[in-house]
Amino acid sequence: MAIWVFAEELEGVASAGSFELVSKAASMGEVSVFYVGTGSDEIFAALGAHGATHVHHLDTGDVLPSAPAAAAFAGLLAEAGDDLVLFGMGNTDRDVAGRVAARLGSPLVANALDVTPDRTITSEINGGTLAITTRVTSDGPVMVVTRPKAFAATDTGGGAPVVHAVDLPDTGRSGGATITERHVEASEGPDLEAAAVVVSGGRGLGGPDKFALMHELAGLLGGAVGGTRAVVDAGWVPYSFQVGQTGKTVKPDVYIACGISGAMQHVVGMKGSQTIIAINKDADAPIFGVADLGIVGDLHKVVPQVIEALQARN
Amino acid sequence: MNIAVCVKQIPDPATPYELDSENHWVIRPNDQVLDDTDRVGIEVGLQLAEASEGTVTLFSMSPSGTLQGIRQALAMGADKAVLIDDESLKGADALTTARILSAAVQREGYDLVIAGTESTDGFTGVVPQMMSEILDVPCLSFARKVETADGLVTIERQTSSGYETVTSPLPAVLAVTAGAEEPRYPTFKGIMQAKSKPVDNTTAAELGIEPTSGQTITAAEPVTARAAGDVIEDDGEAYLKIIELLEELKVI
Repeated sequence: MAIWVFAEELEGVASAGSFELVSKAASMGEVSVFYVGTGSDEIFAALGAHGATHVHHLDTGDVLPSAPAAAAFAGLLAEAGDDLVLFGMGNTDRDVAGRVAARLGSPLVANALDVTPDRTITSEINGGTLAITTRVTSDGPVMVVTRPKAFAATDTGGGAPVVHAVDLPDTGRSGGATITERHVEASEGPDLEAAAVVVSGGRGLGGPDKFALMHELAGLLGGAVGGTRAVVDAGWVPYSFQVGQTGKTVKPDVYIACGISGAMQHVVGMKGSQTIIAINKDADAPIFGVADLGIVGDLHKVVPQVIEALQARN
Repeated sequence: MNIAVCVKQIPDPATPYELDSENHWVIRPNDQVLDDTDRVGIEVGLQLAEASEGTVTLFSMSPSGTLQGIRQALAMGADKAVLIDDESLKGADALTTARILSAAVQREGYDLVIAGTESTDGFTGVVPQMMSEILDVPCLSFARKVETADGLVTIERQTSSGYETVTSPLPAVLAVTAGAEEPRYPTFKGIMQAKSKPVDNTTAAELGIEPTSGQTITAAEPVTARAAGDVIEDDGEAYLKIIELLEELKVI
């Protein structure tokens, strides 16, 4: 059986998630990567070092990748046997996974946390409270959309992969969307996904200016700042801050949740943290169900006190 | 503009749903509510329809029950609804859902299909993408801002590091995030009118779709929850507990 991995280029490198998927795939069989982006020998070598033996490279330029990438990837998979096709939870990953599954009539399992060569897939639903086991009952490939950090990225020192250039297919009106501008909303400080301490704010903060408190506390702890989907949707912080189902998955040593109720959407992205501290005025907030230390109180009082105490120590 | 908005009735998120023990499907109570994230797509659809003297038609695949969730959506201002309530679709996977909704949308005709990014009960998050492939149109996903002009739709599409501006001709499928618009509240008049708006029922067979699935759920087990720790009321000194814990963990 062959294992396929979808990989997208993000800011000049293969996405962090693609290395996790390649490493997992390499533990099960021969790995072919379908790579979307400008690409480079360096990038392909890095994928090879993690276990990829073939890289199929498509550069979609300014065309929105989903339609042409799905058409080209489905073309390669049309000859596939009972293969596993691994995707991450990135936005383009999800676009391409959905389109490929529809094109091939293949099953798709989302929110996967584990997968075995016999095509048994474990996923979690309902805010991570129920573990679901899914078996594939049809022939042909299955799309498995996996949650970030489900697998560890391991550099096993593999050699450079064989790179196959893929021509941009003509997808007619499906491929009619173009990217006219790209904007980076940079965040300062440590990488949210790698930080040892994460300080996150929710609606309970009260307004975008209150995120200064989160930055101040994170700064004192050498941590990164995160937020809930609600505050990202409200425009208080950019999407790159979002922790949860549709955002980043973080597993820091310490996660400090401020003014966060603990909706399922959010909890799935942070419940893997070593220690969780929550501050919320609502004693019934579900976040207290996952917190190691819960403070029922006004974060606008408690957080400045913590900041002051930390400053006094320095 | 002829706008199709896909909406879902879901069990009230305030009371976590259960799965039936035999097939591990979500048990759907008679009273289901409108998935809150769908309100954003309805709002975007209403604004586009208002600007173009168009119509908004809702499409929904689920057991109808009391229609509470659909009436909530109609009360916002949508013109009518097409429901696919069919026993054979119980436990349908994402691809079957996308096939059904696409067939229904195609039958009614559309310029733009709008959906949310993912449902609050399933979180699969691929139905809009599947619909775009079936309908052979672009998929404008993860849209946090939407504008139309001269027959083109332009969105700000969220990316992991920021956003990109994407422009597409119509027809298209648009999947919005909850940030795209602030949904309106239904007016009293809207709530009253919703009771008499047309709700058409159709079936998988009428749409020419035979439900199939290449996957089956073999087990559903509760995940061992994290044990909740100490919860204390702030008496003005609770911050010291945080400092103590950070010390104990050697973070400071």
